[in-house]
Amino acid sequence: MLYSAQVLDHFEHPRNMGNLPDASGVGMVGAPASGDVLKIQLKIVVDPDGTERIVEVKAKVFGCGSAIAATSLLTELIKGKTLAEAAQVKNRAIAVALALPPLKRHCSVLAEEALKAAIADYRQRSGTTGAAPAGTAPPTQ
Amino acid sequence: MALKLPIYMDHHATTPVAPEVFEAMRPYFTERFGNAASRNHSFGWAAESAVEAARAQIAGLIGCKPVELVFTSGATESDNLAIKGVAKAYREKGTHIITSQIEHHAVLDSCKRLEKEGFQVTYLPVSRDGLVDPADVAKALTAKTILVSIMLANNEIGTIQPLAEIGRLCKERGVLFHSDAVQGVGKIPVNVDALGLDLMSLTAHKLYGPKGVGALYVRMGKPRVKLVAQMDGGGHEKGRRSGTLNIPGIVGFGKACELAGQLMTSEAARLTALRERLWAGIRARLDHVHLNGHPTLRLPGNLNVSFEYVEGESLLMSLKDVAVSSGSACTSASLEPSYVLKALGIGEALAHTSIRFGLGRGNTEEEVDYVCDRLAEQVTRLRAMSPLYEMAQAGVDLNTAQWSLRETG
Repeated sequence: MLYSAQVLDHFEHPRNMGNLPDASGVGMVGAPASGDVLKIQLKIVVDPDGTERIVEVKAKVFGCGSAIAATSLLTELIKGKTLAEAAQVKNRAIAVALALPPLKRHCSVLAEEALKAAIADYRQRSGTTGAAPAGTAPPTQ
Repeated sequence: MALKLPIYMDHHATTPVAPEVFEAMRPYFTERFGNAASRNHSFGWAAESAVEAARAQIAGLIGCKPVELVFTSGATESDNLAIKGVAKAYREKGTHIITSQIEHHAVLDSCKRLEKEGFQVTYLPVSRDGLVDPADVAKALTAKTILVSIMLANNEIGTIQPLAEIGRLCKERGVLFHSDAVQGVGKIPVNVDALGLDLMSLTAHKLYGPKGVGALYVRMGKPRVKLVAQMDGGGHEKGRRSGTLNIPGIVGFGKACELAGQLMTSEAARLTALRERLWAGIRARLDHVHLNGHPTLRLPGNLNVSFEYVEGESLLMSLKDVAVSSGSACTSASLEPSYVLKALGIGEALAHTSIRFGLGRGNTEEEVDYVCDRLAEQVTRLRAMSPLYEMAQAGVDLNTAQWSLRETG
């Protein structure tokens, strides 16, 4: 597979790999039998105004070069963002940024799913719904 | 370090043309360019005599008569001609074919096409080591069986099949026996009589000859194999394969076979030692590595290893200056892991982590040691970011763990 320079950069220097012992939310998707497993760990802090912010993110990935690159790029895109902003990160943006070949699009889909799973895990753990309180402005990108 | 990078360790895919082979071919492009079918002038005669010399060289390597060889464009064509050609010629006699699950696609897909045309095909399973059990062949043979096709050595795991035993069974039952022998010829001793073969597919580029030329051995006595040609045309190769002969390719093929015959004993011993050095080097540096295929009944230059918890394509990418291949889904167009590894029953998870090393004439001990070091470094790097490795280290059974199903984008 001939990959883009972006994929090679993330593959050779993956960002934010590792574990977060005090993660607020963890998402793991994929399966060894299908050749890729992605795990995203988020550390979320709630600001005084109620904004939920991803202050730290760590990932682990078993998968092909594009799965590793997609995971790495995702962590970059969401680190420091509010949860509302992070929820706007879509697989298509990852696929485009990495110039993934069509056969590898599922890697970016999996990255988005891992993020969604981590956020859902945080919601469950914190007992929050993520719905914006009445009177607040919708999140901007 | 005097190592020349990148290192080529993918000799099952193809081999470089040997310098002697290239030199032998050279005059047949520009000076001796005649058509072997031109029977009325010296250009044609020169081409024809070159073809006959090559035919004798190839026949010498596999123990057949030169006249029993049909030149083709390569093993894919040879497999198609053998299977479809026999099926069409013997249709009145029967419509059942036996093959194995780990054959090359040229064999499997030829069989699948015949199934659509009303033939029945039995795809025999293999053992965990990749061996076809001759007893399974015996059980599968019916009164309607016309052909058994079992490869000599597998292209992924290098397992060498018990062809002589299967050949005896076929002979007893009067069933034709074909083998795709491209990975074995020139690497291990092959004699069509000793193996009981009636048809055998060969190709030049796996034994240091050029690409685009192959041959089909077709037995001409006891029994005299009938074949329906698959292409219409000028009736070349005694009507078995029309098309102007690729003279430089055939000359190169012949020379490559002659060289392979001379070097076989010493190369087989050297490559087996290199292969063992590679496997020992990997095991000395890494844990959780598994050999795929048979420990001893395998091609000298073949090593297939699963590096557990590390996806194969990511390892290939990490080994930037080493050319090897993987059974991982991500290196295929289908997103399915290798059907050969799946047939071994090792599980899809391990199939995704496999790497195939194909050692050949150019490889050295220094290269093997270099590859071992790079593997250790890169497997360790990738395992450090693998959630599976971490889970396994923590004692989680990955086979019973709950996994989310992948959504395909």
